This record gives sequence, C-alpha cells and structure tokens, in this order.
Amino acid sequence: MKIQRLCLWLILWVALIVYLMPIYVMIVNGFREASSVSLDTMWQLPNPISFQGFTEAWKMLSPNMQNSLVMVIPSALLSSVIGALNGYVFSKWRFRGSELLFALLLFGFFIPYQAILLPLVRFLQWINLYGTLAGLILTHVVYGISVTTLIFRNFYVNIPSSIVEAASVDGAGMIETFYRVMLPLSLPAFAVALIFQFTNIWNDFLFGITVVPNPQFQPVTIALNNLSGSFSVDWNIVMAGAILAALPTALVYIGLGKLFVRGLVSGAVKA
Amino acid sequence: MRIFLIAFILLFSACQSETNKQIEVFSWWTSGSEAAALESVINAYQSRYPDVEVINASIAGGGGSAARPVLQTRLIGGNPPDTWQTHHGAELMGQYINPGFTSSLKDLYESEGWYDLFSPSLIDMISKDGHPHLVVLNLHRSNTLWFNKHVLSEHQISIGESLSIEELFQIAEQLENAEVTPMCMGDSGIWATGIMFENTLLGTIGADRYKGLWNGTTTFNDPDVMEAIRVYSQLLDYLNDDHAALSWDQGADKLVQGKCTFYSMGDWAYGEFIRDGFKENIDFGWVAHPGTDGIHLMVTDGFTLAHNAPHRQETMDMLQIMGEREVQEDFNLLKGSICARNDCDRSRFGPYLQWAIDQYEYGVSVPTVIHGSAAPADFQQALNDALTDFVVRRDKDVFAETLVREARASGFGP
Amino acid sequence: MIKQHWLVQHKGALILLPSLILTTIFIYGFIGSSFFFSLTNWRTLAIDLSLRDPLWQTYADMFTMPRFQADLRNTFVFTLLFIGLATGIGLGLAILLDRQISQKGWFRNTFLFPYALSFIVTGVVWRWIFNPETGINLFFNFLGINRALEAAGMDPLSPGWTTDPTIVFSVNQLLYHLWPDGRVLQIEWGIPVALIPIAIAATWQLSGFVMAMYLGGLGGISSQIRDAAQIDGAGEIRLYSSVIIPMLNPITISTIIILLHVSLKIFDLVFAMSGVGPGFATDVPAIFVFEMMFKAARYNLGSAASIVMLVASSVVIVPYLIHTFKTRES
Repeated sequence: MKIQRLCLWLILWVALIVYLMPIYVMIVNGFREASSVSLDTMWQLPNPISFQGFTEAWKMLSPNMQNSLVMVIPSALLSSVIGALNGYVFSKWRFRGSELLFALLLFGFFIPYQAILLPLVRFLQWINLYGTLAGLILTHVVYGISVTTLIFRNFYVNIPSSIVEAASVDGAGMIETFYRVMLPLSLPAFAVALIFQFTNIWNDFLFGITVVPNPQFQPVTIALNNLSGSFSVDWNIVMAGAILAALPTALVYIGLGKLFVRGLVSGAVKA
Repeated sequence: MRIFLIAFILLFSACQSETNKQIEVFSWWTSGSEAAALESVINAYQSRYPDVEVINASIAGGGGSAARPVLQTRLIGGNPPDTWQTHHGAELMGQYINPGFTSSLKDLYESEGWYDLFSPSLIDMISKDGHPHLVVLNLHRSNTLWFNKHVLSEHQISIGESLSIEELFQIAEQLENAEVTPMCMGDSGIWATGIMFENTLLGTIGADRYKGLWNGTTTFNDPDVMEAIRVYSQLLDYLNDDHAALSWDQGADKLVQGKCTFYSMGDWAYGEFIRDGFKENIDFGWVAHPGTDGIHLMVTDGFTLAHNAPHRQETMDMLQIMGEREVQEDFNLLKGSICARNDCDRSRFGPYLQWAIDQYEYGVSVPTVIHGSAAPADFQQALNDALTDFVVRRDKDVFAETLVREARASGFGP
Repeated sequence: MIKQHWLVQHKGALILLPSLILTTIFIYGFIGSSFFFSLTNWRTLAIDLSLRDPLWQTYADMFTMPRFQADLRNTFVFTLLFIGLATGIGLGLAILLDRQISQKGWFRNTFLFPYALSFIVTGVVWRWIFNPETGINLFFNFLGINRALEAAGMDPLSPGWTTDPTIVFSVNQLLYHLWPDGRVLQIEWGIPVALIPIAIAATWQLSGFVMAMYLGGLGGISSQIRDAAQIDGAGEIRLYSSVIIPMLNPITISTIIILLHVSLKIFDLVFAMSGVGPGFATDVPAIFVFEMMFKAARYNLGSAASIVMLVASSVVIVPYLIHTFKTRES
C-alpha cells in the first residue's frame, strides 16, 4: 500500500511538472523586457525582472474584461440551464422521434463557424441585434445548446430512472421532479458544462469580432489578439496578457471544482 | 423562461449604441510602432475636429489575417466601416473597387492638387477609369537584402553598393565552409519565403518581364522564370535549419545575433533591427536584392472611402488629412517606411530610408504579389500553396505548371 | 420507462421547442446557405450566386487538390492521435484524483488551467518549445540522453518536430494495390511526423477538461456502488476496469464527441504553432476554409470544404446514434 501511494505521488508530480512547463515559459517571458525576449533565453529566469509586460497588457485588456464578463455569465448559465432541461427530456422523458431530434441537435455542434459568419451577420441585422452584446449572447447560447444537451443527457443516463418514477408517483410534475430531484444531483454535470461553456465563450474570438465591430463593446480576446501587431510583436506583453486573460476562467474552475462531489443517490431521493 | 426573456430585453436595450458624430477607421495596426503611427494620424484629425469621435477599429494579425473575415463579412453584409486599410493594386481593385464597395476620390485628389504630388504610376494603380479610390499613406520596400556586418567582417568579406547573385552564392559558399549559416529565414508563415521567391524572380527576369507576368505577356513556364525558380531553390539550400519553426521576426533576430548572415526581406525588418538596438551601417547593412537595384518592389498601405459611408464628410476630412505632407512624415517616421507623397522632407529620415527614397524616386516601381498588389487574391493564395509544396519537394516543373494553371484560372494568365 | 401520458409527452416537446427553433435557424438554415454557396460561381468578393456548371465542379476541383487531400489525411491522423492521448491521459488523471489525497483541488486546478488559456498564445509557446534548436531538444542534451545514445554508437536525438516534412508508415502502395485507379492520390498517405507535436500540444490543453468530464461522471456514481463492489472483494484495479469504467461509457461518448469537435475544427492552435506546415504536413481543413474564404475570397471552395468537414463528423455520430437506438430497444 505504501509503494502504491508513493507511485501515485510520483506520477502526479511528474504530470504536474510537465503540465506547468509551457506555463513556466509564458511566465518567465512575460516578466522579461521586450528587447530581451528571445528564443535563446526562453528557458532562463528573467534578469532583470520587468513588469512592463504585465502593466502594458493590463492597460489594454482591462476595459474589455468587463464586456467579457457581462457576456459570458448569462451565456454560460443560460446555455447550461437549457442544456440541463433538454438533457432531462432526452434521457428521462423520451418520446417517439426524440432520438432523431437529439441527433439533429448534436450534428450542429460540428458546424465550422467560419462557414456561417455571413448568414449569421445578416440574420442578426435582420432581428436588429447586430453589433450588440445581446446578439453575441444569443449566438453563444445557441451554439452552446448542443454540447450542453449532450453533457447533461449522458450524465442523466447514469441516474436511475427509478428516482424519477418515485417522484412522479409522489405526484410531482415533470418540471417539479427536475427541480427537486434531478437538479441537486446534477452539480458535477453543471460543473463540467459551465467549465466548458465559460472557457469556450470567454476564449471565443471569431464571433466576438464579427458580431460586435465596435471596440468599446468587444470581449477581451480581441484586445488580447491586438496585443500583437501585424509585423512585429512584443512577446512579453502577449505572454503576460494571455495569463491575465486566463485568470477569470481559472477562478471559475476553482469555484466550480467544489461541485465535483460524489453523489449520494439514496439521500437525494428522500429529499 | 420568462426571466431569461426579461434579461434579454434588458441587455438588448442597454446595448443599443447611440449615433453621434463619429468615424470608424478600420485597420490592422494594433501594437507598437504601427499603432503609434496610426495614433499620430488620428491625433492630427482630432486636433482639428475635436467633436468627432474616432472609432479605431483595428484588429491585429499578420497582413490582416484576422481583420479580413470581419471586413469581408461586414462589406458583404452591407455594414461597412467608413474607411479601411488595404494594399494598392489588385487587392484594392478586385476586392473593393470592382464589387462597388468604395467611392471615387477624384474630387479630393483634384482639390488637394494630389495629381502632382503622388507619382503617376502609383495613382494609376489605385484608380479605375481615371478615378482614384485610395489615399496611400506609406510605402514599404519588399526587395532589400539585409546583412550582419560583423559576421561578414569576421570573414573578411566586404560588400559594395550592390551585389550580384553570383557574388551572393560565392559568399554563401565561403560562409558555409566556415560553418556560418549564410541565409536567414523565418517562414512559419509561408509568405516570408514568398518574399524571397518574389525578389529572386524579379532579380532574375527584370522589371519589364516581371510586370508581364501579371498581364499574361510572360508565362510562368518561360525559361527565364524556370531559371529564377532554380536560383530560388539554390538559395533555399543555404537557410537556417529551423526556418519553418520561426516567425519572420525571429528570423531577423537570428541575423541580429549573428547566427545567420543575409535576409531577403521587406523593410519592416528595418524597424525590427532598430528595436533590437542594432545600428544601421554599423551593425547591419543592406543592398537591393541581387538583380533588383533601381527597382522598388512596393508594399503600400492606404485608406478607402466606403460606398455609402455612414459618415461621409468626416471620412473625407480624415482622408484629406492622411494625404498631408506633415502627417505623412510623422506617420512614416514612426512606422519606419517612406512617404507616398514625393515632397516629404528627406532630411528627417535616416540613412536606410533615404536610400529607399532614392530607389523609389529614381527607379521603377513594381507591384508585389505576396502582399496582394500584383494579382487577384485567389492567385496569391495559390502561389502560397505552391510554394509550401515546392520548399519540400523542390519539383520545379510541377511548381511552374501549377502557377501557369492558376494564373489562367484567376483570369490573367494566357 | 415511465408510461407516458400524451400531455406529459407534449410537455417534453415543449421544453425542447425553443432549442429546436433556434437550431433550425442558426444551424440548419445557415448550413443550407453554406451548401448553396458551395454550388455557385462565387470566387471574388463580389457576390455571384449563379450556379456552377457542372454543378459539383467545385467539389471535384477540391478533392483533386493535393492540399485538400493532405488536409483529409491530417484530420484523420490527428483525430486518432489526439483523441487517444487526451482520453487516456484525462481518464488516468481523473482516476488518480478520485480518492482522498491532500491538495487534490490544487492538482485538479493545475491540470485544468491550460484549458483556460487562449489557443493563439499557447500555440506560440508550443512553437517555441518544439523549436529544434532552442526548445525541448536541449533537454535531451541536458538530461544526458544524447551522451548515452552516442556512447551506445547511435545518433543523438534531435527531432525536427513541426519542421519535419517526413510521412511515416506510408500506405500508398497498399492503396494502389487495392484500388488501381488510386493514382488520383497526389500525396503520401501515412502519419506526418509534424502532427505529433501538435497532438501533444492539443492534449496538454484539453486533457484537463477530459479529466473534469470524468470527475463529473465519477461524482455521479454513488458511493453505494463502490462499497458494494468492495464488499464483493473486488480489488481497486478490478473495481475500475469492470465496474466503474463501463459505467462511465456515456461520459466517454460525450468526451469523444467533444474532442472530435475540437479535432475536426482545430484552427487557432495549429495556425499559431506551425501554420500549414512543411509541404502541408500540419494543414487542417479549418485553415483551408479560412484561407480560401477570407484570403483567396473563393467563397464557393471554402463553403464546399466546410460542408465536407460537417459530413466527416457524421462518420462518428451516426454509429453512436444507431447504438443509442439499439440500447433503447433492448
């Protein structure tokens, strides 16, 4: 047992070092002076340490951070909730043709976004949402539904149908059963769906830039992209900016990590 | 569900933007000296029109790689910015003038007397039926051969006013024997090796026949073009091994560090050298790419006036300012390029840029295909793809045949 | 299965209705227009919606382009490499972390962190790391691996990574044998070596998310089941291999579908890391679509390629759906 424990720790620590290696490269180069970023010194610690990269990046990113937050929170929540409801229906309340609908929903997940930019812009103009954050939120919600539905459906498949049946025997309606029985059990699935949606929407570039042309309303990824120029690039600012832009997402991970709790199914049924 | 609907409506109403006096300038200049240069133009505008809000809608990405989808989607979607950045020649003509996305600037050129202040050949390349559609801000030169002077002097090599391709190969051989990498390259973006190909092509077949490639009077399987492909292939043998893993500017850094010697690259590299603290004529030198002395392979940046521009008058004012002498001088000093106007004060520029001005003023100008001026976009892409294949397989015949076929498909080749 | 009242049935469909309406417009409507564009003459910025003659010529042109053939090969190889690596490593990490250990949250967040970073920037970092002269190859010297190899009379280890145009395990001869008309193949079919570092980088970025998927799934498995299995005397390895991992099948399917969506549409990471690569060794369909549509303005060709990408995804989805139909009946 002791050897097993030792192996476990060894594997975890080696994995940790490998995972941190690229992040190490980003951090040490983020703290360099612009002129001293070079491939030859990419592994070395910065000397002298310069905060110019981080301050410059923060100056350029912070105005757009707020836009991103305003956009990402409703988008991620809405698409997760819709996905949970859809997944509930697809796994526990199947009806004739529901598999086909699920297939149609899922297939859309693979649509290459470059190909639909043009009709998307025209449609948003038509419903008067082009150039607004609301239009962007709508876009993210719609393109998020298929994956969140998939996540919840396949998570709910593992939850015994007897729980749902028991609740409906008790006289609870479909929505009430979802609210009272399924929702408390879905926390790990919500963690996964929210992590997925939050990250994807936060890091989306293509929709942000196409749907919202005014830089005042644009999400942070566009500002991040604009840290590099068309010809030469200050890599210290770009590396620093990438770390700064990832921090909100990382905070979300830390918060959601607590939801990965092992389900106590029997307890939930009584509730 | 109702809550979401209400949330939607609230967000929708909160995000409706108001329309005051504004102008939207769309470019891919977002950082460093480019952004500062653009800022200097915007400042010049705002000092005169303080009540107009300038929306600087710039999107980064080499040569506008990220900007293009947005611009094209907006143009086709009928939602154009007031003015946007583009190169001259085929790109301007094929993508913006012909589909009707831009307006004529003839009145502006006449009232400002610009027909006398910009070179006729430049005006010709931005005009359709005698109507100019672009105000050109700056000129870059694409065909300069840069070198690290320290590396050369270590090996007792000196370079005069110009260099022939035979001399270059001789020096390359000597350096190779001394275990020094002769040529620099950073072509993780294939366009960088495209620049070297284009320069070699121009240097081998000369300006007239080079121009002929773009109107079908010269073909890509012509014996002289085949010779150019052979020379280019020979140059490829002298590159640094890791060229495919480097971006173009990391290739320039390699030259600065003395790990390679010559770099055939446009003069945006000049700004990169200066930024690295490398001094012109002391640390680095330059000549025209072999065979191209007196020829200016021109890369330009200019701004258009959108057809049905939402803020037409403001845009006209902006374009008028962009064409002013002092604005162009300030812009180009920051950008590290030369004025498009021919009456700028040359004493404000350093030795390299003065040399570039001479080459432009006393030589002939030819358009670049790599930056979209010489041929339509579909051919530009096809050339990049053919190069990607060629640098690995080195099959000259397949390369030439592909270009012949693609030139025909694109509508200019015989 | 619950006996369904028609009203209940109705209610289920009602919940799905908003999603279905939005999907119809945003996905099928837009796919339809893309498909239509792919049949037209539209190859400049000026919209030209006249149909091409012959109608399918754009597709015929595309499939004979060496570049597009390379893209199909690369997607296939990359998908296998990446999904295999990411699922395996993600599951491994989840199982390691699914127990009482101290600092569990810390490990979990570290493995997940790469997923939070923008692909554009991580692509650049990985390009540096796999630079053959200054990158990870230095560690082969540093760790003494190369000295050992040289002592053993072998060549030192210095892979070219993304700069290496080699295709290994070429199956062209086999293909010609099976399909004598196979000469239309203009490229070598095999494993492009340059794709391996891309698969590693993508795995680094996504395996943390795969781990999260599995942790979510493991969280859904009640402690009772584990206890019951342990009472039966199953050891830990048996517990996982014969009880828990089979229970995680639905999660594995979600994971593979999500990873498939990443690998089919991968763009930013490759674009920043190696571009199209030497001789298109790392080119992918999404870059093809992007360049053809927005650089070459060949809207018909770009649309055609995106339709092919979409069809390619059905290769996995259709068998999965058939599978779900079957399990429902049983």
